[in-house]
Amino acid sequence: MRKDLLDLRSLSKQDIELILDTADACKEILSRPVRKVPTLRGKVLVNLFYEASTRTRMSFEMAGKCLSADVMSVSVATSSVTKGESIKDTVRTVEALGADFVVIRHSSPGVPHLIARTVRAGVINAGDGTHEHPTQGLLDAFTIRERLGSLAGRRVLIVGDILHSRVARSDIWALTKLGARVAVCGPATLLPPGLERFGVKVYTDLDEALPQAEVIQVLRVQLERQKGGLLPSLREYSRRYGINKQRLDALGQDVVLMHPGPANLGVEITEVAAEDRRSVIRDQVRNGVAVRMAVLYLLSGGDKSELAD
Amino acid sequence: MPEEHLVIKAELMDAAAIQRALKRIAHEIIEAGKGVQDVALVGIRTRGVPLARRLSDFIYQFEQVRCPVGVLDITLYRDDLTLVAQQPVLQKTDIPLDITGKTIVLVDDVLYTGRTVRAAMDALIDHGRPACIRLAVLIDRGHRELPIRADFVGKNVPTSRQEIISVRLMETDGEERVVIQEYSKK
Repeated sequence: MRKDLLDLRSLSKQDIELILDTADACKEILSRPVRKVPTLRGKVLVNLFYEASTRTRMSFEMAGKCLSADVMSVSVATSSVTKGESIKDTVRTVEALGADFVVIRHSSPGVPHLIARTVRAGVINAGDGTHEHPTQGLLDAFTIRERLGSLAGRRVLIVGDILHSRVARSDIWALTKLGARVAVCGPATLLPPGLERFGVKVYTDLDEALPQAEVIQVLRVQLERQKGGLLPSLREYSRRYGINKQRLDALGQDVVLMHPGPANLGVEITEVAAEDRRSVIRDQVRNGVAVRMAVLYLLSGGDKSELAD
Repeated sequence: MPEEHLVIKAELMDAAAIQRALKRIAHEIIEAGKGVQDVALVGIRTRGVPLARRLSDFIYQFEQVRCPVGVLDITLYRDDLTLVAQQPVLQKTDIPLDITGKTIVLVDDVLYTGRTVRAAMDALIDHGRPACIRLAVLIDRGHRELPIRADFVGKNVPTSRQEIISVRLMETDGEERVVIQEYSKK
């Protein structure tokens, strides 16, 4: 296993399956009376978040703690970054403190890759701008596999702002590698060109796309990334692309409804739909911890100094 | 560089000998506990699991009581994880009962350094507080590095550290025997 997890694009199908199988075993730990194993005792995990996050950060904290790592979270708003410290400086400080893992989220794509080259610690990308969010892609694949047994041939529809979504990117990599048939649907202005090259089907009409789907991943409308007027208005978006009562009622009984969170309830998905029997949003949160435990376990193997020679 | 071959030096047990040893251990478990009402068997992956299932079957034959069987993967409790270059594949632990207050018989194929058993006891205790933990092994080959001993032993085999004891079971290996192997330079 390599030192870092930076994206899913560079992972093979076998790599992804190994992570998901390991996550299966990790999930059992979370159901025990003592939800802790000693595997990473004495190791230090630092969460370095340059962008807001609750669930991903908490999920990594929990995953680290369940494996007995010591976990620190740096919230950039209250750190020396506000004094003008550069990312590299911050990371060197983190490394000097003896971090074995650095989990990083940043608004610029490629920052985790840059950090991975400068430090010996294992670097995990927790979201870099609009590029990738690999552990989200893994936990989505895990959740679908848990529900449907396998991803091979399954029809998965991703709805929303595909252009700005790192979740969509990581999902597409993970799901297509595992053999799922992925389609996307969103306003034409928010669909990146060239998706068909990766075998992804593209829709702009949700009501045309929905009947084909076995799994529906509803993306959050990322208001913080909307600067160019690509979105008409929230009301119109909600009307054309929101999972509301009517669309929910028209879905099959075995459909798997997903949302990476946090949901703007009433915009891309209504509360009724999010709480529906077919919704696996809470499973996604729980599975996120198991998947991150698996990633930490797999990255912790081996003597790194030997590999470096 | 001379190639190293793993050669079989001797067969320690055949299918009949394995079955006799397991039957005896089953009797010993029943006798030691004056019955098996509160006994559960927990197999250590990989080969401890089929052995635990067979012991449970024998106990049922002799006593008409079904002892539950659990499966333990001790990978996350190993003390040598940072020494191996590739992380071992993690598999599921499945303890389908509340072990608190129970007599747990840990089952493994070979007892060697004792480190696996140490890890297994740590793993088990994370699932509850058993009344006691016993240890049953098919082969005890010596060379303990920890103060651990087995309560039920199929066969004691003096070995050298260069030798490898290979337990092969129908369920995992498609054959039924125990052999002693060694690397020889050829």
